[in-house]
Amino acid sequence: MKHLDEFRDPILARRLVDEIRRTVSQQRVLMEVCGGQTHSLLRHGIAVELEDIVELIHGPGCPVCVTPAEAIDFAQQLALEPNVSVASFGDMLRVPGSSRSLLDARSQGGTVKIVYSPLDAVELAKSNPDQHIVFFAVGFETTAPTTALAVLQAAGLGLENFSLLVSHVRVLPAMDALMQTPECRVEGFLAAGHVCTVTGFDEYENFVERYKTPVVVTGFEPLDLLDGILDCVTQLETGRSTVTNRYARSVQQGGNASAQEIVHKVYEIADTTWRGMGVIPQGGYRLRDEFSQFDATHRFHSLQQPKGTEAECPTFNAFDVWGSCPSGVCASDECRSGEVLTGLIKPFECDAFGTSCSPDSPLGAPMVSAEGACAAYFKYQRTV
Amino acid sequence: MQQPAWQLGCPVSLGPQPDRVSLAHGEGGRLMRRLIEENILPRFAQDGEVKAPPDAAILPEFSGELAFTTDSFVVSPLFFPGGDIGRLAIIGTMNDLAVAGALPMWISLSLIIEEGLPLPVLESVLESAAQAAREAGVQVVAGDTKVVPAGAADGLFITTSGIGRVLPPPPLGPETIQPGDELIVSGPVGRHGIAILAAREQLGLIPPPETDCACLFDPVNQLRITGLMSDDRNVVRAIRDATRGGVTAILHEWSQACGHTLTVRETAVPTTPDTRGSAELLGLDPLQIACEGTMLIAVKQGVGEAVVQALRNSPQSREAAVIGEVRERGLAPVTIQRSLGTEQPLDEPSGAMLPRIC
Repeated sequence: MKHLDEFRDPILARRLVDEIRRTVSQQRVLMEVCGGQTHSLLRHGIAVELEDIVELIHGPGCPVCVTPAEAIDFAQQLALEPNVSVASFGDMLRVPGSSRSLLDARSQGGTVKIVYSPLDAVELAKSNPDQHIVFFAVGFETTAPTTALAVLQAAGLGLENFSLLVSHVRVLPAMDALMQTPECRVEGFLAAGHVCTVTGFDEYENFVERYKTPVVVTGFEPLDLLDGILDCVTQLETGRSTVTNRYARSVQQGGNASAQEIVHKVYEIADTTWRGMGVIPQGGYRLRDEFSQFDATHRFHSLQQPKGTEAECPTFNAFDVWGSCPSGVCASDECRSGEVLTGLIKPFECDAFGTSCSPDSPLGAPMVSAEGACAAYFKYQRTV
Repeated sequence: MQQPAWQLGCPVSLGPQPDRVSLAHGEGGRLMRRLIEENILPRFAQDGEVKAPPDAAILPEFSGELAFTTDSFVVSPLFFPGGDIGRLAIIGTMNDLAVAGALPMWISLSLIIEEGLPLPVLESVLESAAQAAREAGVQVVAGDTKVVPAGAADGLFITTSGIGRVLPPPPLGPETIQPGDELIVSGPVGRHGIAILAAREQLGLIPPPETDCACLFDPVNQLRITGLMSDDRNVVRAIRDATRGGVTAILHEWSQACGHTLTVRETAVPTTPDTRGSAELLGLDPLQIACEGTMLIAVKQGVGEAVVQALRNSPQSREAAVIGEVRERGLAPVTIQRSLGTEQPLDEPSGAMLPRIC
């Protein structure tokens, strides 16, 4: 297929692998932030091919994995309300909240719909005036422009039966948080090409300056990834740390200005809970006050659980809008998804991996999502 | 003049809308008899003769083994590029018979209709079911019609059962699969699932991807004609049509049956550009997506190319290809060799990736 096979050429890939081997003088530790890249690295066998020279730590860039369990619980509550439908991307439906998933809510009689675009959810609201449509808006900077556009469209149409349950997260603050953990071994980052398509890569300059860690904007196909890895290890070997763009066919330095403008109009940056990581300062978006009528947490405020107290949870954090343990470590004793998401362990180092936890009965979100690291290892690297 | 606040009209209900199926159509009375006599029977008449249906079809005396199968169809939407639920209901059951090594002969067809289904929709579905049966020379000899209240079904569900004459010898069985055996698909994989998904989710692909829904009897029969599946020589270990779960689901079933590792080469698997593109876009693997006119065949070592050549005699399997082989049990029951050369486990599809595709 055009523009697919070209970036999967085995001969060119082999050349890049050889070049990486020639370049590194010692084992290097890189993190690819995005779950899409994790899957591609595993699916095409790149992680295995390079494992003796480059350790790839899989970052937290899987949006449904880091969506707080409490947000999923709240979405289920909404779905079970009469005359309320919850719409979201297919992936989101299978992820368990504190115990159950949106699919479970549907089997209990809740109304849950899969859409491929937030604008389809606006259409649903338009054609079902007696139903309130809540779109469960998850994702990174890549999806935020489309959910923002949905809000603007709904506002333009004067729709009163449409709202968003927002759990949008931002990549850079999470990278910041990771670098500040004492256990962090990451020497260089592969930044997610699609996020940078929207945001550009200017904002990484400060990061690189602060941590002296190279950041390479990288695509998703095998050749893109190998090329990004080569650039990153070359920087490490020559003692440089800069931001480089190796995904120029999609990414421009300043990003997509109109997408940024829409996001800025509808959302403001906010401290946000990441499942498995806790509250990350400036780690996400929330709807601006002037759009509060489209905020499901505002519209259905009475349904929300009362906030937990410090006595109930040792890591209680006042920033958490969901009102419960924000560290995410209380969810399951067995599941070590927090450590997987922060790259402290590989999925197979978790005792539950492949035994009590599998895609059929997941304990944690990384095993559910198509972009989750545990699911990727289960799918591509498990041996039976 | 001011309009009255009430509507003038006949106080007696007009009864069911004439162009939609109503509950009364399923109640055994005049409306039901008319529906069956006018809309259903003429389409499935044998030799132009429309007979009142008896309670059971009497089949002719017959010697030899019979194959018998049944399948239900709940596909949504009812119409999709390249087919509809009627055609699918006939083809699906015929294919189950064909891959068991049988010649499809007789089919029963039962309808569960949701109240309110437009009659033209029903007629169109029945017409294409009848057309599919005529093309393959099978007779629809029995049927049933039920109507359920609005909301109790989704438009139309169809159940078909089929009987076929086994043309000996049938495939040897997946438990006979041995290391060295070759694996073949009869055409591009994943087309049906992608066609349904694109139609259902209105993905707006131009041209819309088409289902591969077609009868597999002729491709299987090419193996008989060319002497690859005969009393003297039978090289065919197993045949299955790759419906739900796609090729991957069958590979896992066969691996379980024979205890060996089945491995496929990613670059050898035929796919159409629209299937590949859509699957990439949606994060799906064509090997896990359903087909409705494509089968997986395991054959003895060394005859893979001959089988592919035989299959290519049939228009339905022009793009048949050897996609892999069987090995001693290795790292996983089913593996895939990626384009960069690494071999990985190919996991079974899990959960409802694409519900209601057939």
